[in-house]
Amino acid sequence: MIRVEHLCKSFDGRQILNNVSTTFNAGQINAVIGKSGSGKSVLIKSVTGLHSIDSGNVFYDDTNLIGLRKNDRKNLLKQIGMLFQGCALFDSLTIEENVMFPLDIHTTQTRAEKLKRVNFCLERVNMPNTNHLFPSEISGGMQKRVAIARAIVLNPKYLFCDEPNSGLDPQTSMVIDQLIKEITQEYNITTVMNTHDMNSIFEVSDQVAFIYQGQLWWNGPRNQLTKTDNAELNDFLFSSPLLRNKKGSS
Amino acid sequence: MRNFFLHLGKYLAFLATVFERPQRNSLWGQQFLKELQKTGLNSVAITVIVSFFIGAVICIQMSYNIVNPLIPRYLVGLSTRDVLLLELSSTVMCIILAGKVGSNIASEIGSMRVSEQIDAMEMMGVNSAQFLVLPKVISFMAFMPVLVLLSMITGILGGAMSITFSANTTMTDYVNGLQFAFEPYYITYSIIKSVFFAFIISTVSAYYGYYVEGGAIEVGKASTKTVVSVVILILVADLMLTQLLLS
Repeated sequence: MIRVEHLCKSFDGRQILNNVSTTFNAGQINAVIGKSGSGKSVLIKSVTGLHSIDSGNVFYDDTNLIGLRKNDRKNLLKQIGMLFQGCALFDSLTIEENVMFPLDIHTTQTRAEKLKRVNFCLERVNMPNTNHLFPSEISGGMQKRVAIARAIVLNPKYLFCDEPNSGLDPQTSMVIDQLIKEITQEYNITTVMNTHDMNSIFEVSDQVAFIYQGQLWWNGPRNQLTKTDNAELNDFLFSSPLLRNKKGSS
Repeated sequence: MRNFFLHLGKYLAFLATVFERPQRNSLWGQQFLKELQKTGLNSVAITVIVSFFIGAVICIQMSYNIVNPLIPRYLVGLSTRDVLLLELSSTVMCIILAGKVGSNIASEIGSMRVSEQIDAMEMMGVNSAQFLVLPKVISFMAFMPVLVLLSMITGILGGAMSITFSANTTMTDYVNGLQFAFEPYYITYSIIKSVFFAFIISTVSAYYGYYVEGGAIEVGKASTKTVVSVVILILVADLMLTQLLLS
């Protein structure tokens, strides 16, 4: 479980996140939604420590990320996997080396042990026998799957996904969503997913946090999304005529 | 002025992070060897080509200008040698390498920054500045003396080649000039300077790449800024080091 308390973040005097408090539950996909520029990515990067925050606390179970010493922070980061928007695979490394990288950094396993784990993770994301290809040699959807393999290779307790479906076709998006859902449930991971994708929101998320103008505007279980009378959330969710008509007919 | 001191402070803080103890020696070793090839071995061809032709041109120009019968002919070899040893093989070569290696480092690290690869490393608990930059700095500094020596040798060979086509000077004059009043310290001086320049090229370019914000256009701008800044810094450092080492 991740608990965010009164998180504030500004850049050059411009307030991006204002007193955000929420909880991300274990074994669930916690979607963070909101318009572009609302502060979703900044929230994820602040919660993971990639951005230093102005004030507030971020608890990973009982450990407060804020003010952690370097070694403790490193130990905490070992338990966090992150899937970046653009995959962020290392161009100069093969897929095998990319997935093995966290093992090289954090473990003292032999090469054979590491390779076994890498192959297991690649098979788990349906990417077997691609070890010696480079990221530039595979498609966007395959890159996402490799990035997921890299994110789970250390058996993380927490998984962050920053717009995992961006740039993917609807079918591949669903495959990636389903994969994230399966992994979350299989390993009881606390998954935080920053997304715009309506399928991700309505099909795979368990909890939803809606960020509006840097504030937590709405927070609740997915099944409450369509029942809320929160005007800004409804505007965001049902901005397309298709979804608006569907909501009207239901 | 305020901007200059801001950059200076940020650069020094960056260096402090870069020169932290490596997390994994085996990984660091692998990175070092890769960078040795990228920054060092891949610069051999340009060093040899540029030095050979500049050596030849210097020799032709000296031979063309020294037409007075009172001036000994061996001066062609002597002046070619001294120009190569004192300035061309260190300073001019490093200015050329600032364009090749410097812009390469800045664009490589800058691309990693804008594609979130550096963030990914940080998320894995890796000191990205140290992991990416230190092997480049150490390998380039370690290989630089080899490049300087290569530049000196090929420059002198270029001069020798041009002499074979010269009507004014003979090969014997040229070789006599190369041997006349030879000061071995010039080689040491040139190598010391070049190692400093290698440090400037690798760290300044890495600094510009590491702090890129934005996209591909900003990466391009960072590469350009790198080359301009490094060339100016090399010239300033050249003046200071020459004063220190030759006075």
